Amino acid sequence: MNLNEIIQNLNLKVLTNSKDFSTIKVKSGYCSDLLSCVMTGAEPEGIWITLMSHSNIVAVAALLDLAAIIITEDAQPDQQTIDKANEKDIIMLSSPDPNYEVIGQLWELGLRATKN
Amino acid sequence: MGTWFTSNQKLTHKKVPLKTYLSELHVHTVLSPCAGVEMIPPLIVKKALDIGLNLIAITDHNASENVPAVIKAAEGSDLTVLPGMELQTEEDVHILCLFDTVEQLNKLQELVDKTLPDIKNNVEFFGEQFIVDQTGEFIQRKERLLINSTQLSFDEAFRSVTELGGLFIPAHVNRQAFGLIDHLGFVPPDLDIEALEISRHISLEEAKKNFPQIKKFPLIQSGDVHYIDDFLGVNQFIIEKPTIAELKQAFRSINGRCFTVISHN
Repeated sequence: MNLNEIIQNLNLKVLTNSKDFSTIKVKSGYCSDLLSCVMTGAEPEGIWITLMSHSNIVAVAALLDLAAIIITEDAQPDQQTIDKANEKDIIMLSSPDPNYEVIGQLWELGLRATKN
Repeated sequence: MGTWFTSNQKLTHKKVPLKTYLSELHVHTVLSPCAGVEMIPPLIVKKALDIGLNLIAITDHNASENVPAVIKAAEGSDLTVLPGMELQTEEDVHILCLFDTVEQLNKLQELVDKTLPDIKNNVEFFGEQFIVDQTGEFIQRKERLLINSTQLSFDEAFRSVTELGGLFIPAHVNRQAFGLIDHLGFVPPDLDIEALEISRHISLEEAKKNFPQIKKFPLIQSGDVHYIDDFLGVNQFIIEKPTIAELKQAFRSINGRCFTVISHN
């Protein structure tokens, strides 16, 4: 599955710089709002669903080489966080829906949890 | 007490009398729903003095109404009471916010009141939230549930507390519940955080070993006093007077000021 399919199907808002999202592969999904859990639980090229909008999410996504972050419930990262994400080439997407619904929609699209 | 230390400020060459302050900087009162009924001003002051402390901070959850009563209860004694609050940020991270004056604390309280959800306390589930006077006499119940997240982000809270002249210490960073490391993964590197707090459940050595990223910060250790026997009182400051500016100098080990955690069993 590529990231463009996800953005279109879930009608996500792109918070960071636009690019050709169809070339970005998404291999799995992971959800947690505790960053310490994400650091040990999410997998490279996965998509991370979270309510957290603190700037530390950018560092976590960069550390794990995630495909993108979906920030739920319209939680708004500040401009500094968005700038940092652009600088580190991290894609941040936004949805008004809560974690549960976003995950449900991704599951229906066929995206599953981590492979291990 | 009262030992004279030489200030290392080369320009002044002045000798400043420094004093030892033994402190517990995380004390709840009966205003916090999770605190014991004995956490009333006179008993808090008596216990602190009994165990040889001369500095405490009152830090109720998202609230400050009982601070003036504890300050009054300590009047005329050797105990200094710093106005404080244990703020809960929108990321569910607990922060000790300490100030010199009740006025500064009240300004933080205004921000908190604006963003704390207006949910009524369920006494049966969470416990009573009592506002009391300096003798511990009941004044009124706080109706709004205090154990909840404000909508202040960690960074916003840091900026607000710092701009008000306060000290911002993320609380019990080693704990899974409401601790900085679990919720935010690591200490945000862009903020100039003065110190972190570890809980009583871990030694300084264990904390530094388990969480290498916190090693570079001064670490205070607190009893997170919800019951009168929770006092730990191991934070020792050698400073001129018990003010936020002096505590900051002690954390930075400048001008002859210093901070250490004394050993306890």
